Order: sequence, then C-alpha cells, then structure tokens
Amino acid sequence: MKLIFEKGVPGRPGTSLPEPELPLDLDIPAELLRQTEAELPEVSELDVVRHFTQLSRRNFGVDCGFYPLGSCTMKYNPKLGDEVSTYEGFRELHPLLPQLRIGGMLTQGALQVIHELERLLCEITGMAAFTMQPLAGAHGELTGVMLIAAYHRAAGGGKTKIIVPDSAHGTNPASAAIGGFQVVPVPSDRNGFMDLDAFRKALDDQVAAVMLTCPNTLGLFNPHIKDIADLTHKAGGLMYYDGANLNAILGKCRPGDIGFDVVHLNLHKTFATPHGGGGPGAGPVGVRSELVDFLPTSLVEKRGDGTYVLRYDKKNSIGYVAPFYGNFGVLVRAYAYVLALGRAGLIKAAEHAVLNANYVLARLRDHFDVPYDGLCMHECVLSAERQTRNDVHATDIAKALIDRGFHPPTVYFPLIVKEALMIEPTETESKDTLDAFCDAMIEIAELTETDPEALRRAPVSTPVSRLDEYAAARELDLASH
Amino acid sequence: MPYIPHTEDERQAMLEVIGARSVDDLFAGIPPALRPTTDELSDSAAPAERPTTFDLPPAMSEFAVRRKLHTLAEKNATHLVSFVGGGFYDHFIPAAVDALANRTEFVTAYTPYQPEMSQGILQAMYEYQSALCRLTGMEVANASLYDGGTALYEAMMMAIRVTRRPKIIIDGCVSPIYRRMMDCYTTNLDIELITVEPREGRTDRQELERLLDDRTAAVMLQNPNFFGIVDDFTDLVNAAHGAGALAVASVYPVSLGILKTPGEMGFDIVTGEGQSLGLPLSFGGPYLGFMTCLKKHVRKMPGRIIGATRDGEERRGFVMTLQAREQHIRRQKATSNICSNEALCAVRAVIYLSLIGKRGLASVARMCAAKAAYARRRLTAIDGVEALCDAPTFNEFALSLPVENAAEVVNELIEKNIAAGFPLGRYYPDLQNVLLIAVTEKRTKEEIGLLAEALEAAL
Repeated sequence: MKLIFEKGVPGRPGTSLPEPELPLDLDIPAELLRQTEAELPEVSELDVVRHFTQLSRRNFGVDCGFYPLGSCTMKYNPKLGDEVSTYEGFRELHPLLPQLRIGGMLTQGALQVIHELERLLCEITGMAAFTMQPLAGAHGELTGVMLIAAYHRAAGGGKTKIIVPDSAHGTNPASAAIGGFQVVPVPSDRNGFMDLDAFRKALDDQVAAVMLTCPNTLGLFNPHIKDIADLTHKAGGLMYYDGANLNAILGKCRPGDIGFDVVHLNLHKTFATPHGGGGPGAGPVGVRSELVDFLPTSLVEKRGDGTYVLRYDKKNSIGYVAPFYGNFGVLVRAYAYVLALGRAGLIKAAEHAVLNANYVLARLRDHFDVPYDGLCMHECVLSAERQTRNDVHATDIAKALIDRGFHPPTVYFPLIVKEALMIEPTETESKDTLDAFCDAMIEIAELTETDPEALRRAPVSTPVSRLDEYAAARELDLASH
Repeated sequence: MPYIPHTEDERQAMLEVIGARSVDDLFAGIPPALRPTTDELSDSAAPAERPTTFDLPPAMSEFAVRRKLHTLAEKNATHLVSFVGGGFYDHFIPAAVDALANRTEFVTAYTPYQPEMSQGILQAMYEYQSALCRLTGMEVANASLYDGGTALYEAMMMAIRVTRRPKIIIDGCVSPIYRRMMDCYTTNLDIELITVEPREGRTDRQELERLLDDRTAAVMLQNPNFFGIVDDFTDLVNAAHGAGALAVASVYPVSLGILKTPGEMGFDIVTGEGQSLGLPLSFGGPYLGFMTCLKKHVRKMPGRIIGATRDGEERRGFVMTLQAREQHIRRQKATSNICSNEALCAVRAVIYLSLIGKRGLASVARMCAAKAAYARRRLTAIDGVEALCDAPTFNEFALSLPVENAAEVVNELIEKNIAAGFPLGRYYPDLQNVLLIAVTEKRTKEEIGLLAEALEAAL
C-alpha cells in the first residue's frame, strides 16, 4: 500500500480552514523563517479519509476479535467511556484554567471527576491517596520509585537498591534503574515464585523497595506475599505493587491490606480504557498514609463546602511528573467504567477473568506444556517446548492463530519460560469465543505433528507475510524524506 | 453492568471442565487472611480477622452514568473566549480527524507486537515519524512519548547517554512547567541541572555560553520560547557543539509551518508537545510527546521506533525496530522505561497533518501569527500596556500591564466570558504584572476586539 506521501498531486487542496479575516503578511523577519516548506502531503480530504480507512482495515483490535495478549488485559472497552470523554465540557477544557485566580471554580466538574476517581481507586486498592498524574503504567512506576526515594531521603537513609524478581515486566527493572537505583534481580523458584532464600540473601538495609506484580506474570498468586512484605518492612524497605494484574483480584484482596506501600494501576488494563494501538494509557499511583506528603503536585482536595480545589503548596511533594492532572480523557473513561460496574460488577469482573483463564488452561493442558501447573489467576502461561521437537516455535503458533482470526497471546514472555505463550482471555469473552480459540490451538498442536511446514508458512491471510526484522534493523528506513 | 456474557449454565459447564466446584474455589491461592469479607465469598477464616472493605457504590446504568458525567462536564467553563496558551493551544480540528482516529481497529488495538495484523497502525506510525522529520528538519523520529515535558526529560537522559557527561544547561525561557518536571526527575540522579535566568523574556546568551564546559551534556532551548518570542539559536547550537555538548530543542509544531526549523539551526535532538496537531485540550491529556534526532544518535533514543522492511514476497511492510534498546528486551539497561506511549495521539497528528497538508499548515501558522500580531497591536495601543520586549513573536506574546497583579485583571475579564491569558506571576515572581496572551486561527477579529475593549475598561 502506498504511503500518504506517495499520494496526491502538487497543489491539490486539502481540508477547510477557518477564515483568515486579516492579511497574512508576517511581522517575523525572513531569517527566522524556514527556507523551504515542510513537505507534507498534498491530498484531498477524501484521499485522507480513504487512506486511513484502508489502514484501519489492516489493523486488529479487541473490537475485531479475541485478543488474549497476556499481561495486557485486552478486555472489551465499553463505548460508554468513549462517549463521555467527548463531552464538550471535558474535551475543550484548557488545563491552565484552574490556575487563573478564581479558576478553580471554572473547572469544578473536571476536578470532581479526578477527586471521585481517586477515592474509588483508594477503596479498590486499600491505599490512602492517589496521584492521577502518571501518563502510563511505566510512568507510574517511575513516579513510585521517585516517591520511594523521597521517603527514604526524608527518613535520612540513602538506600541504593531495589529488588525485582526475574519474572517481572521489563518496565520494573528499567524504572528502578532510571530512577537512580541499583537493580537486584532475584530468581524464581520451581513453583514460579520469587525464591525466598535468594530474596532473604538479597534483602539488606540498602534495599529501598521490592517491586512485585501479584499475581505475577505467570498468573500465580504468591502464597508468601505477606511474609515478603513483613521481611521487607523489617529491613526498612517499602513494597511496590505493579498493578498490571489487578484485574485478577478486584474485591478479593487489596494491595494495601497485603502490606504494599506504593501501587500503580494501569487504567487501560483493569479499568477498560482502550489501548489505542499502544497508548494513551494512564498509570495513577496510590500510596499509604506515610507517603502522602510526597505525592506529585498538584492534588485535588474537597473543601468543606463541597467544592474542589487544586493544592500546589505541599512542601514535601516530589513536584511535577506531568504538566497537569494526568491523561484526563483516560481518567474520565475509567471513572465511567467504575460507576457502571459498581462494587458487584468489579468483583464479577475478577471472578470471570479467573474463570476464563482457568477454562482455557484446562482445555489446553494436554496439548501444550504447562511449566507451572495448577490453578491460575487471570492468565495462564503455556510453553511450546513440546512443539519445538518438530521445529515449531511459539512464533509459528502465534502466526497460525492470526490466520484463524485471533490475536495471538503474548509470546516469549515471561522470560523464565521457554517458548512462552501467555494467555489472558479477560472476563468479557464468552465461552463460545474461548472454545473457538481453544479448538484453534488444539488444531495447531495437531498440525505440529502432521504438517509443521504449514505453521512455519503462516500467516497467509494478512496483507503481508512474515517481515524481515533483521533487514529493518540493518537498513534503518525510519522515515520517508 | 460488568459486560460479562456468561450464563449460569455456561459457568457450571466451565467449572466442570476445570474440575472446580465453584468460582470461589479458583481463588484458593490467595491466603484467606488477605481476603476481604465480601458477600460473594464464603471461605472458612473468621470474618473478624479479615479486612472488611471494598466499599464501593452499586452499579449504575449507562443512561445514569452518561447523565452524571454530562452534568459534571457542564460544570466546566468551556464557553469562555480563550486567549490562554502557555504551550497548549485551542486550534481548529477538522471533523475528519475524529472520524478516522476513532476507527475502532486503531482505538482497541495495542502495541503492534504482531506486525502482520497491525500494518495499519505501523504504517500510520511510520508516516507520523516521516511527517515529524519533515516538519522539524531532522533525520529520524520515534513513535511518540507521553507529552512535551517527558519528551524533554527523555532528551536530557539521552544527551547524558550520548556524551557520558553529567551537566545540563536549561534556558529559563523554556516552559516553567517543563522545567519543574526536570527538577522533579533529576532529584534522585547525579545530574547537575543549571537554569539560565531569562533577561526580559529572552535567552541570556552570554551567561549560557559562560556555563558551557567539558562536563556539559546538553543545552536545552525552546522556540518560540515560553514568552512567545521567536529566535534563531544557530549561534548557541554551535557554541554547544564547540564544547562537545548536544543541543536539544523544545518546539511548537504548528509554528514550524513557517519558522526556521531546528534542523536548519543544527540541533541534535528535537522534542515538543504535539497537542496542537489535532488533539483536543482535554484538561491536560492525553497529549503527544514527540522526539526527532540525528540518525547517528538513534540507538540511544527512547521509545518505540517503526522501520520499513519487506516480507518474503518483497512486499513493503512495517515493524517495530531497534527493540534491543527497549525495556522488554534490555530491562534495567534499556534507554528508557517507556512501554505504553501515545500511539493513538500520534495517529491523530499524522491524520491532521495530512488533512491540512503542506499549504494548509503554512496557512494555519500564518493565520496564528497574523491574528496574534493584530491582537498585539490592538492591546499595546491601550495606555500603559506594553510588550515585555519588542522581539518578534509567533502566536503568543507577553504584555506588562499597568497594575500590580495581572491575575486580578484576568479575574475581572472572566466575568465578561473572556479568558484573557495566563498571568505569569505564578512562575516568574518578578513578572506579577505580566500577562501571556495566545491567539490561534480560531480567534476572530471580533473576539480580539472584545478582548481589547474589556482589557481597556479593566485598567
């Protein structure tokens, strides 16, 4: 398919612009102007509409079909959220408006959304307060790491290390490192949990925090989690909860009650805001009362008279991690989602997420290796190791699924499982859909024995077949100039 | 309404396959002491020993949620005629931007880990990268960062990686909001962040050059600067290079419809806020951080990068490339921790740039500049109102008012449904009487006239 830059002709008029009303002569001296015009497309509105419509048809989202991408919680994104985020009072609102002197009163509705969502997230997680500023999950992690650093600095101890299990998302060690800490990886034991002996050895008075996902990336809930929290606290460290997998435990268990001190949530996962082809997301961070003073500027508070105000005057705040109040358009969607589900709905979401994952695991258990078998939480991790005997790999299984109309699971993650296939069905998928997916997986497992070459050729139904990623990295064609 | 399709019969059938008696059995892995006493649970630990919370409101219907949110939206003052900018602008957005960017195949997808079924978003991202390179005059772009401030932070970290030096010089004419973000991010790091105080709204070139030394990783500048002033930083870029440092720019993409590009000035890394490219103001986000740079630095760049390649039949296709820089491969040694970015906002930006096109972007930039120049003339004609300095400006300018505090004037004008601008006292304590006024192509001559009359009456 042609690039948009390869379409159109010089001089073709584009879309309609507002009336200029004034002569467009410039007061700006010529030496401050660009020498040549930016070579943007010269295409009609219809050209653009057809081009991007065609591109969209070469893309696959949750609305197109089953998308069991492990760790990403690709649940259905209710259209309600999209609708409310476009209300003019939200969409057209300038973020500096509350900073005009009496401006707080000009944005009461928006501030109320932020405040009420914060209270709901506190109750869901058992934390004392949340900042809505972080713009994605990893941004929340970095915010959490900076909060942890500020907490220890205030306590007088310059702690230098953060413990991260080897099953963690890559963002955890990356966030700890760019936040200024030395990362101490701890291996997993044969049950898939952070090895307790290795953990005890790694834990010393230099450890600022332990970053954990619970349930972890294998979809398993660590039975020793409370012990880990107690040991960490005894050593003077804090517990960081990566909320990527919160969907599994809504209403069943709260990070705050386990003993976590800092929590980030991925609103685009558990709280059903759309992933947008890679973003935007939102990664609010919650803390226990001991860390509230360090939260980023600004915070929304409710006054006695029922009005809302932005506070900028917290002297121990770590400052600004984002320019304003977070990805507000995403926050509005998440707020609508929590209101629509309510208490019972959120609990049901977790229950059915876990039911669906266990159902898939039960149906596929005999056809693939299951390195850490047993009941899982919201996702299950299979291995294609058995299939490699016929030179069929996790990638081949993924590509074969594409031809069968499914988005593949996450492959080759977590890193501690060879040939990993990480399947997270989510609660919004029906038994029919899960059965169709499992049937396809079983058919592929059988084809591994009878016609492995067919799997290595997949996909054949897509606009392009397998792409040469080595050539991409070698030739580095990153833009059309 | 939890959007769950299961019937009771299906649940039972599924439990049978799993070999569990009840859904509750599936949660047996959570130690009972950690489980709250919700009414859906019936395990054996004594309720008194367990947390009793999850005190959330009951479900609301879609109708009720929409009514509630609509009421809240109506409590926000979006009826004001706005001259507030500060880096975030009320530009015109063609209807086709929403129609196309809201295509559900884009909206409900995630990071394109499976390129064969994600060619749509991958090609759109490649086109976005191309458009940003052309706009900024640079060689390569990444596929988006969170916002203009975090993009500047990432550029700082990148410059430190490239030069292996610890010192950053930032111009005080860079957005004070972004500079506060930089303060926040560097607190726990061994980075020496030095701010050069502005002189009457302009970069203090002498002081900046004086601070340059062999420990300097980067000089960070903004064009147009926070006060709206347009500059040519070629001299400072050369000075930075002379000291072995990189030059980093933060730019306003719409202005590049006409202004000299950072590429023409010789910058190494260019960042900015892409909100002006078809994104609504949306109370601060989601926005779009962009980054472009010279190709020689691409391996130190943060974030996703899309590259063109071919399949076995020589058909062009697109993939995420240079992934060995990224956290999911490199973990603690990654160039950044970023995973989710602002992909859909980047799609909006390239749709916007395609729709208005080569001539359209120049027209929008000219309209902004012409309307702002008209406003500046009208307002400086008022007794006692003066431009902060007489340097050329793009679509925003700072006025000193004959009052103690510009914020009070702003208050007064809000009563007349005009948001007159952004008072600078909050960020520049010695500029309490200064008002920053932004004019986009959406403002009419009549609205500018209303502002001038209201301001004159208020002074």
